[in-house]
Amino acid sequence: MTTVDFDPGAAAGRATDAILHDTLHGTERGVVVDSPPGAGKSTLVVRAALELADAGRPLMVVAQTNAQVDDLVLRLAEKNPELPVGRLHSSDADAYNKALDDLPQVRTSAKAADLSGLPVVLSTAAKWAHVKVDEPWRHAIVDEAYQMRSDSLLAVAGLFERALFVGDPGQLDPFAIVGSEQWAGLSYDPSASAVTTLLAHNPDLPQHRLPVSWRLPASAAPLVSNAFYPYTPFRSGTSHGDRRLGFAVPSDGSGPDRVIDEAAESGWGLLELPARHTPRTDPEAVRAVATVVRRLLDRGGAATSERSSAPTPLTADRVAVGTAHRDQAAAVRAALAELGVRDVTVDTANRLQGREYDVTVVLHPLSGRPDATAFHLETGRLCVLASRHRHACIVVCRAGVTDLLDDYPSTEPVQLGTLVKFPDGWEANHAVLAHLAEHRIPWSP
Amino acid sequence: MSLITTLARLEAVGSGRAQPAATVRHRHLSDRPLVFVPLTTAGETGAPLGALVGTDRDAPRLLAVPQPRDRDLRFAFLADLADIVLPYVDAYAASVEAAERTETDPETGKRVKVEAELCADAPQLIVPSRAGLDFVRLLGRSMRFRRTAEQDPDAPYPAPPRVPLLGRWLTHYGERSRVPGSSLLLALTEVLSRHWATGQSGLEDQHLGALLAWIDPPDGLTGAEAARRAELERDPAGQLLCPPAGPATDPAFDNKLLAPAIERYDRARTALAAAEDPLEADDRLAALTAAERDVRDLVASRTRPTWDAVWRGLDLLRALPAGAQVEGRWTRDRWSFTGHRDRVLAGEPPQPRRDDAVTAANKLATREREQGRLEAQEALDDPLVMAGRRLTGEAFAGEVTDVVPAYSEGKRPSPRPLVTVRTDDRPHLAERAKVYRSLNGRPQSAEYVGCEGDGVLVVRILDKMGRGKEPEPGSVPEKGDRVCFTLFEHEQRGGAKLPDPEETPWTHGGPPGEPAPEAPDTVTEEDVL
Amino acid sequence: MDKARLATALGAPSGFGQSQFALTRGNAFEAKVKADGGAELLRLVHARLDPGAEAPAGAAVPDLTAHGPEGRTARTALALREAVRAGGWTLLDHPMLALDVAGSLAFLEPDAVVVHPDGGWSVVEIKSFPMVDGSADPAKVGAAARQAAVYVLALEEVAARLDPVPRVHHRVLLVCPRDFSNLPTGSAVDVRKQRAVTARQLARLTRVEEIAGALPEGTCFAPDRSAEELTAAVEAVPATYAPECLAACELAFHCRERARAAGAVTRLGRPLRAELGGLATVGEVLAAAHGETGDPDDPAVAALRRAAALRAEALRSADEAAALRAEALRAAGRAPSPRAEAGEVSACP
Repeated sequence: MTTVDFDPGAAAGRATDAILHDTLHGTERGVVVDSPPGAGKSTLVVRAALELADAGRPLMVVAQTNAQVDDLVLRLAEKNPELPVGRLHSSDADAYNKALDDLPQVRTSAKAADLSGLPVVLSTAAKWAHVKVDEPWRHAIVDEAYQMRSDSLLAVAGLFERALFVGDPGQLDPFAIVGSEQWAGLSYDPSASAVTTLLAHNPDLPQHRLPVSWRLPASAAPLVSNAFYPYTPFRSGTSHGDRRLGFAVPSDGSGPDRVIDEAAESGWGLLELPARHTPRTDPEAVRAVATVVRRLLDRGGAATSERSSAPTPLTADRVAVGTAHRDQAAAVRAALAELGVRDVTVDTANRLQGREYDVTVVLHPLSGRPDATAFHLETGRLCVLASRHRHACIVVCRAGVTDLLDDYPSTEPVQLGTLVKFPDGWEANHAVLAHLAEHRIPWSP
Repeated sequence: MSLITTLARLEAVGSGRAQPAATVRHRHLSDRPLVFVPLTTAGETGAPLGALVGTDRDAPRLLAVPQPRDRDLRFAFLADLADIVLPYVDAYAASVEAAERTETDPETGKRVKVEAELCADAPQLIVPSRAGLDFVRLLGRSMRFRRTAEQDPDAPYPAPPRVPLLGRWLTHYGERSRVPGSSLLLALTEVLSRHWATGQSGLEDQHLGALLAWIDPPDGLTGAEAARRAELERDPAGQLLCPPAGPATDPAFDNKLLAPAIERYDRARTALAAAEDPLEADDRLAALTAAERDVRDLVASRTRPTWDAVWRGLDLLRALPAGAQVEGRWTRDRWSFTGHRDRVLAGEPPQPRRDDAVTAANKLATREREQGRLEAQEALDDPLVMAGRRLTGEAFAGEVTDVVPAYSEGKRPSPRPLVTVRTDDRPHLAERAKVYRSLNGRPQSAEYVGCEGDGVLVVRILDKMGRGKEPEPGSVPEKGDRVCFTLFEHEQRGGAKLPDPEETPWTHGGPPGEPAPEAPDTVTEEDVL
Repeated sequence: MDKARLATALGAPSGFGQSQFALTRGNAFEAKVKADGGAELLRLVHARLDPGAEAPAGAAVPDLTAHGPEGRTARTALALREAVRAGGWTLLDHPMLALDVAGSLAFLEPDAVVVHPDGGWSVVEIKSFPMVDGSADPAKVGAAARQAAVYVLALEEVAARLDPVPRVHHRVLLVCPRDFSNLPTGSAVDVRKQRAVTARQLARLTRVEEIAGALPEGTCFAPDRSAEELTAAVEAVPATYAPECLAACELAFHCRERARAAGAVTRLGRPLRAELGGLATVGEVLAAAHGETGDPDDPAVAALRRAAALRAEALRSADEAAALRAEALRAAGRAPSPRAEAGEVSACP
């Protein structure tokens, strides 16, 4: 709901100005920016990079995956085709997106020395860790800093004098594949997030927050903000009515069509299958997800938003399916192929981080499960799945998940001295389910 | 738990006997391990009650503390323990062979080979269960900052001479046991449950008696019956027939047997102190000796069943042939042992209470790398482990149905043959995914090309075919061969080098400064170890 | 209800009970922490929770004795109100709080509650497990945090009845022995998560009367009944056994026997069911794995059959390898001995 005195554009603009001011003219060695889903993090990173380059400060950019690095390179090139950019990559085959080869201002190399002197050099944290320099970079931007592990920052922090750290605290935490309990509670616990360590040692660094989500519609921002960001609330940049989703073909009265209409109307839809314990690749739930996607595409959807006055057709590339596990994603892909649907992204929460679609269809992580593990209760997983959409999110789930949650009360161990990450996954799951219950459509073929 | 392990457990329930979870032994076993079965005092942190310890299964050394709240008696226990453990360690430290080690040259920064000493073998410590591992760490922590009278003549309550050194070794072993695949310090329940799937839960597998009951039930009993007996059966006096493997004792034992015996000991000691003439003192000394013997007997009665169970478990494990790469991992353990030996010899201070940022990150990196190595090696060494990886889509095995010669583009074309494999497995192969197979123990990589129908996969071999235009004989699979490709790499890449601790960056608190020697723990009049 | 006695009467006694050594030590520690009008305890509260406040010298320690739990609860509420009004530090030693749990009142006795000079309230938990080098057993700290969260909620109910409403701190103080000594040390524990979870659990709890109403008439848990009667009575209460129960409940061994008799797969651990879908018993799973029952189109059944086939194939190939090794050894004129096969073990000591 947009109130009269809240101008999202102005609020976001003020935040960005303050961030850029601290980054370019501040005296502290670091600036931290929390960015909720779709709040313009990439835009901010690109803008800060361009301004730092304009100011003549050699800049290194650290992202966490090759896809993220390539995406930033492309965005930089789009914003300023004149700016020479270095893409440092690993020596593996397919180390970077071949589209970069078509850009004359982008130089790619596996050796940092080949890129010296360029105003901006980008790479992954893993690759930067192997770079040695005599003279550190004047400035760095660390992107997705909440998904970066503390030990990974330790390996690269010697490369720069000062840095802008940007990330989303609500998404999936970094993890280690072996136990790291013995360091829990230490300020530099190597398995903790880079930002946690940074702020523990430098509590006075300026911390900013992007206050407006441009992606999430007015129907979604309050739920996502309350459930996952209770202490750092944010709002939607658009108001109810700014975005509309309509379908040319009317509902045939089936469960999938009814839940599509419910979601088009309210932004949320819960397609509830009868309670049953199932394996992860529950064939009925998988088929239900695929059917919803098929109907979304068949019914001639069109999305209207603040971006343009004319409706945009809801095409396969504007729809995504999110799951908790890879085998579930594979099963959904197979089911979609059987229905003749191609080009719809189907991926796990981990891989959907940072991506954006008009409509998402989510197979609830706890659907049909006989047990609830810490993996399935992780706040970040649900947060990622529930915050990828611009218009509507449809959740497919078996009934009985609230009872399952009641059977698995949160009994997490507590390590002394660790910073509490709020909220609790158990509690957040209940909060989301309580909201979805208001948009429940029982399954019918 | 993977489905294949779940199935093994349920088959164990069905058959009444544990089922194999491995077909080879994945941990090194020394031919002369030191077995340590400790007991601790309830409610007191790290206050040992007693232990059986030694390398001879028929002649364990019994150590007991007749009054665990008495500092001198605890010190006597630790001194005795040091006198058993340290000579065992020293024997291995003395026997070395020449080896090469890769080091970073401080001047050029290049990785260079240097000659080094490597201990020819290393001491191996076996405890009954995971709680035993924690106790070894706790003992190590409680001893390594102690001061002896020699180190500090003014130290209140100085520790016996070799106690701090024992603390350092136990600390090193405790830390090393956190490295996946290491075998310097093993908890028997963990090793046994790595190799057998029982018909009970992982939690119940931590009970050594119950675990052995499933793996090797006595005649006429099923594993379930024998396990239940081991867990619960008590004698008419209410004592467990199979006492817990420790270090915690059964409360019924504490309350009904141990507490009265300790009380008798206390009374006898007070009486001796109050004796007024030598004759009386003689009698009372005899009474004290008897009271002390009672506590020792009690400790022996609770530890001996576990001691025997540990050796039985070791027999069961020894019956399995060692995995091909177990020896290689043990060599890493020998390096670890040699490294600590050298640090002790060089007069370095004991391990600090907390790791600094760089040490913690280095340890985590090592453990993650060793975890990856262990997972790959276990799968390559053991078809049953590989079966689990195949089931989860991380590997596939099948028969080669076609081999088509092909070459790379460029000035000097190299062989890049296309191999067609028919498999019943369903690997999760992405476009152009890398796959690996073991070629004479070395990984050969290939690239997924495509699927030519249900279960017919085509891969392109990329390397290990020699320098010539045609592949070297035997380097490319032939039609009719059985092959197994994995989606995971067989060898671990080295991680990035972290800064030296004195170059810790500002994000992590900056350099820690000169390491101050760790202060000893605060000493109080009572209750302090 | 005495669950330990009940378990013994059911024929599945538990190993529960506390060692008198632990008991003695725990009591001695709490007494030490609270000695001298709680000076050490207040010092820790001041240092860890409220370092900005004045030093806690001469704190009030009101007498909370009263008749019965209701009386003590009322006395505690009164003492809290007076402490806020008086200002300064106040230590409430073993106060009594009440909380509505599923429709019936539960009385709770925290180790201590401290009123700060600014009128805020803090819960203090004293535990006898150690903090070694600043860290403690996470499972035990977790349990203490959940316990403290319940006290925080109960205190918030008392606070809500005052005007202005005093602040109940969501950071509690955990006091434990330090390293290997009996010297107290403290650590602040943030219980916001546990508080939120407990609040939702209390809101969702099935009312105890509802459970009682569903029980057959005359159900009784008195341990002097016959084992059959008792079993019938206990079985009327819905409960799902999982191995975690063994560490938490005196009746776990009894429930485990029941789960075993029913063939429930969950007695091998809850996560086990994750990939078994609707198959809930050992018999069903094994029959499905061996192709005797089950719909091959059910992914759980299909995966089980593939698992069974892969397992059989791997065990077969291991047997063949073992036979080859034995053959090679015979050919070399040596008796096959598993130890010699390992290649590195010479003899058993």
